[in-house]
Amino acid sequence: MSSGSINKDFAIDVRNLNKSFGDKHVVRDVSLQVAHGEIFGFLGPNGSGKTTSIRMMCGLLTPDSGEGTCLGYDIIKQSDEIKRHVGYMTQRFSMWEDLTIGENLDFVARMYAMPDRKQCVETTLKQLGLEERASQLAGALSGGWKQRMALAACMLHNPEVLLLDEPTAGVDPKARRDFWEELQQLAAKGISVLVSTHYMDEAERCHKLAYIFNGQLIAQGTAKEVIESQHISTFAVHGGDLAALSQELKGKPGVDQTITFGDTLHVSGKDEDTLKATLSGIAQDSRYKVQLIDTNLDDVFIHLLGTKGKQDEKANA
Amino acid sequence: MKNEEKHALSFSFSRWWAIVLKEFIQLKRDRATLGMIVGIPIMQLFLFGYAINTDPKHLPIAIVSADQSVFTRSFISAMKNTEYFRFEDKVRDEHSAKEALTTGLVQFVITIPVDFTRKMLRGEHPNLLIEADATDPTAIGNAAAAVIALAGSVIQRDYQGAAPVLSESPPTPPYGVVLHKLYNPEGITSYNIIPGLMGIILTMTLVMMTAVAITRERERGTMENLLAMPVKPFEVISGKLIPYIFIGLIQSTIIIVAARFLFHIPFLGNITVLFTMILLFIAGNLTLGITLSSFANNQMQAMQMTMFTIMPSFLLSGFLFPFKGMPVWAQTIGSVVPLTYFTRVVRGIMLKGSGWTELWPNVWPLLLFNVVVLTIGIKFYRKTLD
Repeated sequence: MSSGSINKDFAIDVRNLNKSFGDKHVVRDVSLQVAHGEIFGFLGPNGSGKTTSIRMMCGLLTPDSGEGTCLGYDIIKQSDEIKRHVGYMTQRFSMWEDLTIGENLDFVARMYAMPDRKQCVETTLKQLGLEERASQLAGALSGGWKQRMALAACMLHNPEVLLLDEPTAGVDPKARRDFWEELQQLAAKGISVLVSTHYMDEAERCHKLAYIFNGQLIAQGTAKEVIESQHISTFAVHGGDLAALSQELKGKPGVDQTITFGDTLHVSGKDEDTLKATLSGIAQDSRYKVQLIDTNLDDVFIHLLGTKGKQDEKANA
Repeated sequence: MKNEEKHALSFSFSRWWAIVLKEFIQLKRDRATLGMIVGIPIMQLFLFGYAINTDPKHLPIAIVSADQSVFTRSFISAMKNTEYFRFEDKVRDEHSAKEALTTGLVQFVITIPVDFTRKMLRGEHPNLLIEADATDPTAIGNAAAAVIALAGSVIQRDYQGAAPVLSESPPTPPYGVVLHKLYNPEGITSYNIIPGLMGIILTMTLVMMTAVAITRERERGTMENLLAMPVKPFEVISGKLIPYIFIGLIQSTIIIVAARFLFHIPFLGNITVLFTMILLFIAGNLTLGITLSSFANNQMQAMQMTMFTIMPSFLLSGFLFPFKGMPVWAQTIGSVVPLTYFTRVVRGIMLKGSGWTELWPNVWPLLLFNVVVLTIGIKFYRKTLD
């Protein structure tokens, strides 16, 4: 390992990670850096390699090639140390459903050899607000509570890095908001968080983002940087029959994509002038109101998916 | 590297203990498994101990006698004394006897021809006809042998001197054969079955339970959580096995107690030797279970694999059918199965009072089996999710 290229200032620093399962190349040359105290959003469609990448970062999978460190520990040779300092929350609830909440936390505390174990479990239960339900089976908890408990469990040993794999999938909006408030508090304390998600509102809360598609990182940076890097302009259209309009606009000059958000139609394209010319016809129709807006993350990611998908199709053809 | 981190690389008793505790709690909540642990040995004890008998007594028999003499009466009463037969008095003529044999009303028909006694006394060497329903050879074997032996002894006793012809023809062999049924003089089936049952029960429950216990963690996704924690694979595996060692010991104790007090099977050997061997056998089964779990992706597969490996143990180990009576290829397969050796060991200790010297030929194959399976198990145990 050329230690010179690895920056110890980063909580996570991985370069050119590759992983194949059989003849499926799941992760290709993934490189990313997460700074201390940063919330790093990991985005991408299902099956794009998010979970595999996260598993490699915490030593659960051995990369086929590539190198990297997590808190300065080598992800290939020092996975034991990484495990002691990293909290990993699996995508699927992976606490023991036939143990009580208290037993689960106690087990985790023993695993990490926490000093003053009983106190530690009690404090966690108190913070969770689950003191009275400590003797309930974990399997009996609702989805939102399961997520909270899992987060508490992977925070129990005071890790410096949190790897969270779709922690809010299937959780109601209020629980999601609470969850993110907790994450932001943790980040403020200096804990680095790498979190994968499908929700754009969550992505917008991240300090930095990476978008992975077919195992490759295709965009990285702050939300603003990611949006600007794609150089697309977006017009919002209100009123009238948007579904019909969306169909009508497809394939017109300058129109790369149309997305409906409730009562608004986002029309985006790389070439702002051509797009403007195309839309000027519609702007004259009194039913519609057209205005230039800031491109948002949704527009960009759908754009990325579309263009990348087409490129891959061409490459395969 | 800090000192505490060097610590993480060595065996930690407290982490191991955490795994042990967790397994015990999970086992405690798993009513079905708990029921299986106690239920299986008790059910099998009763079924095998009370229901199965390879030396059946009181088999239905019909006598068609056309010769009423002192000899035939004495022959029949001697047959009654063997307790092998129950006489169907209603069947008396040849025709109904044939029918009774076909319908299964009787399993034997003995036909004593007209003038049998007279012809015998004249030295004409008449024949007694025994017809037996041989669709189940095990059932009739001993009884048939008893009748044949009886014929000779009854003639000797009743007609010695009175019929000098008989002592010449058929000629008596110039030697006597004395058979001592050692270790189990009465040939009681349960003496053979109950000690053998111990190995069967341990194999059935332990291989399956360990294979399932580890694949369950994988299937439920909790294995990923475990792997993400700083815990050694050895701590996980050995910790998970502890409860099953206890289970094996409980099951063995149930059988030993039942053997002693329910079936009154003699215990001639040393109990410490027996429990040492039980522990060795338990270890072999647990490692086999873990090894199977490395190849199974879910609990169902683990269960199927267990069934697949248990089958030859059941049939070829000499538990149900005599080992030496099997063809060479079957004996070869049987020699790879640990149960074969364990069954011999348990029978040896309980019925023959064997010590280490006598047991050694069956101990080293068990040791070898443990080493081989453990090596395979360690080689294939998945430390990561790869």
